[in-house]
Amino acid sequence: MSKSNTILYLDGVSVSFDGFRAINNLSLVLDKGEMRAIIGPNGAGKTTMMDIVTGKTRPDEGEVFFDGQVDLTRHDEAEIAMMGIGRKFQKPTVFESHSVEDNLMLALKGPRSIFPALFHRRSAAEARRIDDILGITRLGDKRDELAANLSHGQKQWLEIGMLLAQDPKLLLVDEPVAGMTDAETEETARLLKDIARDHSVVVVEHDMHFVRELGVKVTCLHEGSVLSEGTLDFVSADERVVEVYLGR
Amino acid sequence: MITQRFFAADRRIGVTIVALLAAAIVVPLLDLAVSPQSAFYIPPYIVALVGKYLCYALLALALDLVWGYCGILSLGHGAFFALGGYAMGMYLMRQIGSRGVYGNPILPDFMVFLNYKELPWFWYGFDHFWFAALMVLAVPGLLAFVFGWFAFRSRVTGVYLSIITQAMTYALLLAFFRNDMGFGGNNGLTDFKDILGFSVQADATRSALFAASAVTLALAVFVTAAIVRSKYGKLLMAVRDAESRTRFLGWRAENVKLFAFTVSAIMAGIAGALYVPQVGIINPGEFDPANSIEVVIWTAVGGRGTIVGPIIGALLVNAGKSWFTGVLPEFWLFALGGLFVAVTLLLPKGIVGMWDSWRGRAKALRAASLAAEAGNDPQAPEPKIVRSAARTPGAWSATGPEPQPAE
Ligand SMILES: Nc1ncnc2c1ncn2[C@@H]1O[C@H](COP(=O)(O)OP(=O)(O)OP(=O)(O)O)[C@@H](O)[C@H]1O
Ligand SMILES: [Mg+2]
Repeated sequence: MSKSNTILYLDGVSVSFDGFRAINNLSLVLDKGEMRAIIGPNGAGKTTMMDIVTGKTRPDEGEVFFDGQVDLTRHDEAEIAMMGIGRKFQKPTVFESHSVEDNLMLALKGPRSIFPALFHRRSAAEARRIDDILGITRLGDKRDELAANLSHGQKQWLEIGMLLAQDPKLLLVDEPVAGMTDAETEETARLLKDIARDHSVVVVEHDMHFVRELGVKVTCLHEGSVLSEGTLDFVSADERVVEVYLGR
Repeated sequence: MITQRFFAADRRIGVTIVALLAAAIVVPLLDLAVSPQSAFYIPPYIVALVGKYLCYALLALALDLVWGYCGILSLGHGAFFALGGYAMGMYLMRQIGSRGVYGNPILPDFMVFLNYKELPWFWYGFDHFWFAALMVLAVPGLLAFVFGWFAFRSRVTGVYLSIITQAMTYALLLAFFRNDMGFGGNNGLTDFKDILGFSVQADATRSALFAASAVTLALAVFVTAAIVRSKYGKLLMAVRDAESRTRFLGWRAENVKLFAFTVSAIMAGIAGALYVPQVGIINPGEFDPANSIEVVIWTAVGGRGTIVGPIIGALLVNAGKSWFTGVLPEFWLFALGGLFVAVTLLLPKGIVGMWDSWRGRAKALRAASLAAEAGNDPQAPEPKIVRSAARTPGAWSATGPEPQPAE
C-alpha cells in the first residue's frame, strides 16, 4: 500500500496495556481530504487509536504516518498538534475556569512559546476569527460565560470550536454528539460536513443516525482491529458487525 | 458578570499597591520624624517586625504564582528564600571587613575560626553589592530552572512533585549545616555591620529596609497581576485545570510550568534577601521543610489563586504567631496545625475567596430583590440542553449511559 496521498496511515499497529491487547494489528488508511466515521462497541479501541495518532500512547509495534511521510511515533503530543492534528476528547475537555472566548483564544493558531504569550495583544484578525467561530458554534451569546457553566452539549461545541481555531489539517473527533438533542445532533453533522470540505476528519460515534447523516465511508473496529469497512449500508449488513455491535 | 468581577479584582490590586506604597512612606516617617511621646509614633521594633512580615508576604505571593495559578504545590519554597538570604548574607559578611572579632580584613570570622587560609572561590565578588544582588536573583532562579527542567520534562506532578521539592530543601538544609560547605555551618551568617555603608542597626536603615520591602512587594503584586492577566497567565491556569488538553493544542506544558516556577523562585529569593538584613541572621534553619510548609499555610489561609490572599494570609498568620509565641509559646504549632485543618475544611478558598463568594451571593440577592420589586424575574431559567436518553431506542443501545473520560 502506498503512503503517498494519505493523510493518515496506520499499518500493523498493536498496543497492550498490562498484557491486554487494546489495539491488535490495526491498519487504517485515510486519504487526504477524506472524512471517515468509526464505529464499534465499547472498548473496541477507538479512543486508543486516537491516543496513538496524537502521541499520547506509544504503539508497541506498527507504523503510524501523517501526511504520507511524518512518522508520528517519533513525536510527542505538542509536536503532533503543531503539525496539524487536532483532537476533540470523548469527555468534553475545555478550560472550565476560563470564559468561552479565552478558551478559543488559547486554541487559536499561532506561536506556542512563552514570551509571545506573555506580551500577547489580540490582533484584529484574531478577534475576527474568534467572532467567526463563536458564530459557527452558536456560542455568540456565551462569549463571556465561564466554560464551566456551559451545558454538556455546549461544551462539545466549544471543543469543536477550539479545533476550528487550531485550524489543523486532520481532525480527530471522539463522540461529538453525546449529550446533544436531536436538533443539535443534526446541526453538528452539518457543521462537521462543512469542516470536511477543506479538512480531513475522523469521527468516532455510536449514534447511527448521525453517522448516516454524515454519509461517508465507515470503519467498524472490534477488539482492536478492523472488522468491516465500507458504506454504512454495507457495514451494517455485515453479519459480524451485526453480531458484535448492532445486533445487541 | 465576568467583567464586573474583573474590575473588582483590578480595584483590589490597585488598592493593595497604593496601600503598600503609602506604608513605605508613612511608616518610616512615623518612626523617624514623630516624637516617641506621640500617639502616632511607631517604635523601631514594630517597623522591623512588620518589615519581616512583608518579606514573608512576598514569599507567599511567590508560592501562590505556582500553587494557586499552576497547581504546583511546592513544599520547598523556603529553599529559594534561604538561598536569596544567603546571597545577601555573604555580602553583609564581607562588609564587616576587619571589624570582626579576629580582625581579618578578608576572611569572615567563622572562616578564621575554621582555619581557612583563603577565601573560597564562591565568596568572590560578594564584596560588591551589585554582584550579591545579581546572585540573589541568579542562584534561586538557576536552581529552580534546573530542578524544574528535569521534574516537568519527566512529567512529575501532584504529590510526587511536592515530595521532591521537600527533599530538595531538606538536602540543602543538611548541606548548609556542614562546616566545610563554607557558609558558616549551623551558626550561619550573622553579626552584620553595614549595608551599602549604613549601619544595619540604625533606625533610619531599618526604616529604609522596611520601605524597600513594601515597595518590592508592591512591585511584585503588579508583576504577578500582569503575568496572571496575560495570555500566558491564562495558559498557566489552563495547565493547572487540564494539562493534557494544553498539550493537544500544541502548548508545551512543561515550559509553561518552568517559566512560572523560575519567576516564583526569583521572587522568593528577593524576599529572602530583604529579610536577612532586617533580622540580622541567616542560618540553615531557614531551609527547614517545616518553614516551607508554613508558607503553604499562609497562602491557603489568605486564599490561593488570588493575588491579595497570600499577602493577607502571611500578615495575619505571622501576627498571630508573634502574639501566640508571646502568650502560649508551646501551643503555637498546634494552633497552626489546627488553623490549617480548619481552613482546609471550612474555607477551602481562603479568606479572600470566601469574601468573594459571600459578596457575590449578596449581590445576586440584592439584584434579585430589586428585580422582584420591578416585577420581573432575572433568574429566568436558562435553556438547558439535556441529554436525550434513548433517542434511538433498541437498535443502537451500544452507547454507554455516559461518555467515558478520555483519560
Ligand atoms: N491507558 C490505559 N490503560 C489500560 N487500559 C486501557 C488504557 N486505555 C484504554 N484501555 C483499555 O483499552 C480498551 C479500549 O479502550 P478505548 O477507550 O479505546 O475504547 P473505545 O472504543 O473508545 O470505547 P468507548 O466506545 O467506550 O469509548 C478498553 O478495554 C480500555 O479499558
Ligand atoms: Mg472511546
